[in-house]
Amino acid sequence: MKELGKALLSEEPFSEIVIGDTAVARALVEARVRVISSYPGSPTPEIAEALAAIPKGERPFYFEFSVNEKVALELAFGAAINGHASAVFFKSVGLNVAADSFVQLSLMDIPGGLVVILGDDPGANSSQNEQDNRHYARLAYLPLLEPATAQEAYEMTLEASRLARERRTAVILRLTTHVCHAKEKVAFGAYRPEPLDRTPRFDPAASNYIPIAATVFPLKRRALERLEAFRGDFEASPLNRILPGGDPRRGVIAAGTARLSLLDALEELPPERRPAVLELATVHPLPRRLVARFLAGLAEAKILEELDPLLEEEIKALAYDEGLATKILGKADPEELLGGYLPAKVRAILAAAWPDLGLAPPASALAARAAEAAAGAATGTAAAAARAPRGRESVPARPPQLCPGCGHRSAFHAVRKALREGDITVADIGCHTLGHLPPYKMGTVLLSMGHSTSTASGLSLFNDSRRVLCFIGDSTFFHAGMPGIVNAVYNSHNVTLVVMENGTTAMTGHQDHPGAGRNWSGEAPKIGIREALAGLGVAKVREVDAYRQAELEAAVREALAEPGFKVVIARHPCMLKLGREARRKPGYVPRRVAVDQGACARIHACVSVFACPSFQLGRDGSVAVSRELCVGDGSCRQVCPAGAILPPAVEAPGPGGRGDEAGEAARGGAKGGKP
Amino acid sequence: MTERYDIYMAGVGGQGIGLLSEALARAADKAGLPVRGCDTHGLAQRGGVVTSHLRLGRAAHSPLVSPGGADLVVALERHEALRAARDYLKEGGVLVWYDAVFQPLEVRLGKAAEVGAAEVEEECGRKGARAVLVLREDLPDPRMQNVALLSALAELGLPPGLRREHLKAALEDLMEGAALERNLSVLEP
Repeated sequence: MKELGKALLSEEPFSEIVIGDTAVARALVEARVRVISSYPGSPTPEIAEALAAIPKGERPFYFEFSVNEKVALELAFGAAINGHASAVFFKSVGLNVAADSFVQLSLMDIPGGLVVILGDDPGANSSQNEQDNRHYARLAYLPLLEPATAQEAYEMTLEASRLARERRTAVILRLTTHVCHAKEKVAFGAYRPEPLDRTPRFDPAASNYIPIAATVFPLKRRALERLEAFRGDFEASPLNRILPGGDPRRGVIAAGTARLSLLDALEELPPERRPAVLELATVHPLPRRLVARFLAGLAEAKILEELDPLLEEEIKALAYDEGLATKILGKADPEELLGGYLPAKVRAILAAAWPDLGLAPPASALAARAAEAAAGAATGTAAAAARAPRGRESVPARPPQLCPGCGHRSAFHAVRKALREGDITVADIGCHTLGHLPPYKMGTVLLSMGHSTSTASGLSLFNDSRRVLCFIGDSTFFHAGMPGIVNAVYNSHNVTLVVMENGTTAMTGHQDHPGAGRNWSGEAPKIGIREALAGLGVAKVREVDAYRQAELEAAVREALAEPGFKVVIARHPCMLKLGREARRKPGYVPRRVAVDQGACARIHACVSVFACPSFQLGRDGSVAVSRELCVGDGSCRQVCPAGAILPPAVEAPGPGGRGDEAGEAARGGAKGGKP
Repeated sequence: MTERYDIYMAGVGGQGIGLLSEALARAADKAGLPVRGCDTHGLAQRGGVVTSHLRLGRAAHSPLVSPGGADLVVALERHEALRAARDYLKEGGVLVWYDAVFQPLEVRLGKAAEVGAAEVEEECGRKGARAVLVLREDLPDPRMQNVALLSALAELGLPPGLRREHLKAALEDLMEGAALERNLSVLEP
């Protein structure tokens, strides 16, 4: 959409095809939320991308990417106790980082209201787990709303903000990946701008903000009372809907995107066989009377919820308390705790619960295991390989990989040469995590953001034979990396840390970080990693451009040979970002390397050891360079023992060329391209 | 138009699946069809498979197409065309694909054979599906293969109810200036 920024500020109601994240951004504007903070993490960074479309100077809010989720949450909290409507958003596992402060929120009086927007990731599409953050709502005594569509994401952001202000607290809006990224035509309401009230209204005399020992109890009592008040609100909330069924004996209670998958399945049933449906949006606290009313008279009710059986357990307890005879059908199989409740999965679950529904058999044999296939087929992993279809056994997998020209590839190549068989490498989170895949296999254990130095420190104990090397990206360094580093210095652990510095938060879409010299609003102080490390007491820091592979290898070799904690900074700017910026400049001419077919000895170091995706392997063993993929960085030239990779050059027009005829034909699809 | 028409799109990160899908969604809306969909974001941007789901019609609730359920598969790359046709195309559906090749890791490592164009045809044959291969010699830029596919869809009259003028209006929503002119020239028959 060309004029998203203008649309987001439109004072008139309008409709537009947007993704859920964009719908949330508009709702934050409409709700006149004044302070918004975040740390980038899929599936939520697109909220910030939408907000960024509003031109500087016209933004009716303050936004920042904070250094981590805990800081972001605390910032939004601070603004909210000063009276400003606030919101914070981050990915599922970000809540673990923020949790120490998050769990305190219900004890606080928050006059501005705070909306905590979570991007949960059932299916672990881009996360290290698929944790169900509804648990945190219970743990923290906070209400939670759960939309299923972009339209609902918009409506519930508005409602969450309204409730948070009205009850002077925090409200959780739980999004999931397929809500954040789902697109549809969303009908937006009017936006009524109001002048910003700058009065700092924080009043520690009006409410206690210091929960310590016995003073916790009145605050907790208030939190519990407030939660009950929310339950009362939710009993009559129009966000929950009952769809009458044709079969008076059966009902389904569904939440989140499982609701949509359910509706898809019901489309296939004749009206008289359809169960009644309670679509639940106010997931916590559970509107008990509403649920009891729905269950009354039903012989059986199936609970459809992604991930953990939270609703199931609560509804079973409710049925017991209410003396209801309704049989509550929960998760029947551990597999039902895994993965997203995609349409095929929900259909299979329904068919298993009620075989007599007569849901038609799956559209294909594959759909029968849609649960795995939907996730597995895309990456071509186990599930796709497990089935034995006609034709070829499986389509070659296409895992995500480092981009052409990525400095991390050069760094892995150099580090690998410096390591000995048996040495241990520890990964952290970021693009460099992809190094664990073949052919690099670098960084072979991963917990969470910033864990690498401390996990490596533990691996170094009682260990005189296998040297321990760990990685961290630059954004993660600032996010949660520093405590582990301070600890490694303080407790003298024998670890070599390689900081993979590319100048940006690359994997989530190139957000700036404290080392970038820019923040979301513009110029910012640049906090150098080298200087930060020196300040933290790291005695020996080596810094090498990752493209200088021999120097980097020597630096890592030296560091590994020294006792104690050592750091090597392997820096090279993110080439995806740099390339995009370069292409936008006038007069840009693409350059590419090429393989000198006369000199090529078919050693394949380029294609299968360095493994830049630009190299394509011909059926006859020849190697060609992809016209579309090569960015002309030339970092590959060092890896060819035969010296057959020609320097980056402006390419003459014509097909990219592969040695063999079959290859030439195969490239046909790209023939139209002219540099 | 039936009550539901499911489209599954696949390609490799960087090929422009996002624009393809966004243009189709907007064109469908302009044709008066209810539309919802979902792209894969995040990790897939790094050279992995990128897919997009689009569902037209009143009877589509989830934004996601089920495996084996796509009336139409649109693919921008040969391996992804085969993967998408096998996993998502329904019996008797239509595959429209651009024959560009980006070798997956296993092929580059010499651990798997590159998929041949004939394999894609054979897969569609097994499903009683129609395969339409798109090749345009006249593209000013390989990154416009996505718009070449849109043009081919308009030629085929797919999805039903959607015409070239809808696609043109959709592109006008999404871009302007020289980029728009270039893309419209590819969209024209």
